[in-house]
Amino acid sequence: MLSIEAVDKIYPNGTRALDRVRLDVQQGEIVAVVGGSGCGKSTLLRLAAGLDQATRGCITLDGETISAPHECVGLIFQEPRLLPWLTVADNVGFGLSHLPRAKREKIVGDVLARVGLADYAGRWPRELSGGQAQRVAIARALAPRPKVLLLDEPFSALDAFTRASLHEHVLDLWRALKPTLVLVTHDVEEAAYLADRVVVMRPRPGRISSVFDLDLKRPRDRYGADLEAAKRRILNALDQSLRERSAGDELVPAAAI
Amino acid sequence: MDAIQQRDAAVEAASPVSSPARKSRFGARFVLGILLPVVLAAGWEFAVAKGYAQGRLMPPPSRIFKTLYDLAATGELWRHIFATLARVLAGFLLGTIAGTIVGAIAGASRITKEILDPSLQGLRSVPSIAWVPLFILWLGIFEESKIALIAVGCFFPVYLGVLGAIATVDRKTVEVGRMFRLSQFQLVRRILLPAILPAYILALRQGLGLGWMFVVAAEFMGASEGLGYLLVDGQQLGKPDQILASILTFAILGKITDGLLAAASTPFLTWQDAFAPKN
Repeated sequence: MLSIEAVDKIYPNGTRALDRVRLDVQQGEIVAVVGGSGCGKSTLLRLAAGLDQATRGCITLDGETISAPHECVGLIFQEPRLLPWLTVADNVGFGLSHLPRAKREKIVGDVLARVGLADYAGRWPRELSGGQAQRVAIARALAPRPKVLLLDEPFSALDAFTRASLHEHVLDLWRALKPTLVLVTHDVEEAAYLADRVVVMRPRPGRISSVFDLDLKRPRDRYGADLEAAKRRILNALDQSLRERSAGDELVPAAAI
Repeated sequence: MDAIQQRDAAVEAASPVSSPARKSRFGARFVLGILLPVVLAAGWEFAVAKGYAQGRLMPPPSRIFKTLYDLAATGELWRHIFATLARVLAGFLLGTIAGTIVGAIAGASRITKEILDPSLQGLRSVPSIAWVPLFILWLGIFEESKIALIAVGCFFPVYLGVLGAIATVDRKTVEVGRMFRLSQFQLVRRILLPAILPAYILALRQGLGLGWMFVVAAEFMGASEGLGYLLVDGQQLGKPDQILASILTFAILGKITDGLLAAASTPFLTWQDAFAPKN
């Protein structure tokens, strides 16, 4: 469905952020992309969101090339990025301005209820806690009913408790609406807990070094043995990818990465 | 889930500030703030009344208020206030419109900024009073040259405010607009304008403040009415009470117009994090 075809991304300063990255994401699948900093995982997400252009190769959604933000693709950032001058309800309805008011209000009410913030419609963003703000951001991205939801380390700025509860929110939403989710994270536990498939990337240049299919049944036990085993496998692969040197990258000692 | 709701409740309980407490706090601050001038004025009044001081060059408050009252009773004061207010408003309006437009053009792209900004910064470093002779030659000695001077005074803070505000709009916020596929026009209307509004209103208030400064300079250069004229007249005829009465009027008018501007903008800024007055 979402298909990343041999994508290169080279920044104007010469940094090769992505090197021949290929990835096919199936409809309704949850894919997690993990890797150390600088491995290009966020770049990949920005390309899929249409915020940046690939230098070579292309990204397609159901066969349609993505070159600019697409109505079927939503993006949730690391920070909530709510607009402070709009109430919670207006923030959530931000992408629905083309709809008639009554319809917009109904959708906004629905998604806010889904993230457990139905009573917060009239609040200002400044009145929310970090976790609430991120839930509003999730509701905002969901409101236009995207087929694909991209998440760029959306839980990394939250405390462990809030993060765990947001995992459940996201899984609930996924079960109810079945969007395709692509989650970029540096948290292996989060990846193993949420994803059907975990993609490990390694830096300089950013490449996919291994892919894990997690056939764990849901709901998963966060502390179960099989999840632990999966986590260990992913961590091993991540470790290895960081120790490996890529050809032509002799100047960077492994220890520096 | 329960735990989340508990947290939500905690946040809720923490956010609203009880308003009666804030009100009495405001009252206390008002009294404290006005204490010093009141004590000084009363002391001076007492000293003059008892003959400890002459009060010829520094008239006691009662005489200043008497002068003010007389001026008001004859209707003269209102004529002067009206003349000055009209000049300030005309100059402020012109300067603000020009500052907003030029600031927006300069902020629109790097190239326009690099073309416009250095020249304007150069002009800004000219003391505005230095324009007076030129304005008089160009526009004559009547209203036009005065309004032009005030407009110049208002222009720069507004220009700088708009330019600076545009430069600080967060790229991340703009990206949200892009993700929702806003057109250029929608991006300006729905993201840029609200984002720069607080800084813009601050710039307007600064501009208005400078407008009040420059109206005095403008009226010094020859006017037959206006509060500045009252000042010069008071000096030439040796009437310090009239000078002080005009100064007092300036203070009150400046405060009122600034307060009106601030109050008019309040409804647009309730969302601001810093807006709730913190005691």
